Amino acid sequence: MKRLRRSMLFVPGNNPGMIRDAHIYGSDSIMFDLEDSVSINEKDAARFLVYNALSNLKYGNKELVVRINDLSSGLGIQDLEAIVRAKPDVIRLPKTECAQDVIDCEREIERIEREAGIPVGTTGMMAAIESGRGVLNAMEIALSSKRLIGIALGAEDYVTDLKTVRSDGTELFFARCMILNAARAAGIDAIDTVYSDVNNEEGFVKEARLIRQLGFDGKSVINPRQIPPLHQVFMPSKKDLTKARAVIEAAEEAERRGSGVISLNGKMIDKPIVTRARYLLDLAEAASVTPVEEV
Amino acid sequence: MQIVTKGVAGTMESSDIIVRIEPAEQKGIELTLTSAVMQQFGKQIEKVIRETLAELGVENAVVNAVDKGALDCTVAARVKAAAYRAAQCEDYTWRTKQ
Repeated sequence: MKRLRRSMLFVPGNNPGMIRDAHIYGSDSIMFDLEDSVSINEKDAARFLVYNALSNLKYGNKELVVRINDLSSGLGIQDLEAIVRAKPDVIRLPKTECAQDVIDCEREIERIEREAGIPVGTTGMMAAIESGRGVLNAMEIALSSKRLIGIALGAEDYVTDLKTVRSDGTELFFARCMILNAARAAGIDAIDTVYSDVNNEEGFVKEARLIRQLGFDGKSVINPRQIPPLHQVFMPSKKDLTKARAVIEAAEEAERRGSGVISLNGKMIDKPIVTRARYLLDLAEAASVTPVEEV
Repeated sequence: MQIVTKGVAGTMESSDIIVRIEPAEQKGIELTLTSAVMQQFGKQIEKVIRETLAELGVENAVVNAVDKGALDCTVAARVKAAAYRAAQCEDYTWRTKQ
């Protein structure tokens, strides 16, 4: 089963209580943040904290992601020296402007993996795109490294770069489409940006429905309260699940018969419909592992 | 590691510990620990603090720690951050997770 990334929970890297409890809220991924949520005077302390948490705490089957500072700040390389050795699943690179940013980061990760005796290629990467230039380069970024598991939109910096503010999502439409299509062309995941107004659940759900309809794999969240409604949005309906199971059964039946043609209720089923059905069943299975609360 | 100034790391938030490390006038580690869970975990917290200082090669220091229910890995992280700051050292050593 493909790893699901419906929800990626931001956890401030200098907050021991949140780091300790991060796995109990049911998000698919946990993202420990060394960047914007950590003040410049606490970068070293947060790095020790996240490194020790990754080295000592058990987070079950959660995907563990660490957002580092950008390499041009000088802090990013110090983050990598520590964090790669603690073996997270993924390093998230912020403010990615072009393919070279990913390539530069990958070179450092590979060097550290060699020095640390970690098999080269173990550490995954994801790139956050947060500017007009980054959006226009989304395709080359998505194709820049085999380590990339996904690309993500970082909307706050992006709208500032565009000289606008966040509203109903109109201002993000082009960036979302660019990032989504680039991710699909590269065969990797597309993760949407955070919704900052944690008290506006209606607005959050509306945005989650929009990004799911566009085709995104998931969304970053900044508060555990946003996880259940987000998973609910990604939960397939009973009707869709019944149809998906029938499609898979028909596909398996065709395979048993050695037939390349799949038919269900007299209609021919194309390969993309089978792929879609498998995806829906994966989503339902994930939801059964992390039950969806009523919202 | 030589402690040359005062270094502080951590907060008074729940699940955290604040650690202050200063140069010592006498030899050895002079540790003062306050914790809300002193009865149950005081010895363990002290053990983690002393072991972390030993790992860093800090032999002489005055250490003051106020614990708010930190896990062992948090205690060790805060001691290291405070010690590096107090040593004015940025030559960090990171071990590979086994």
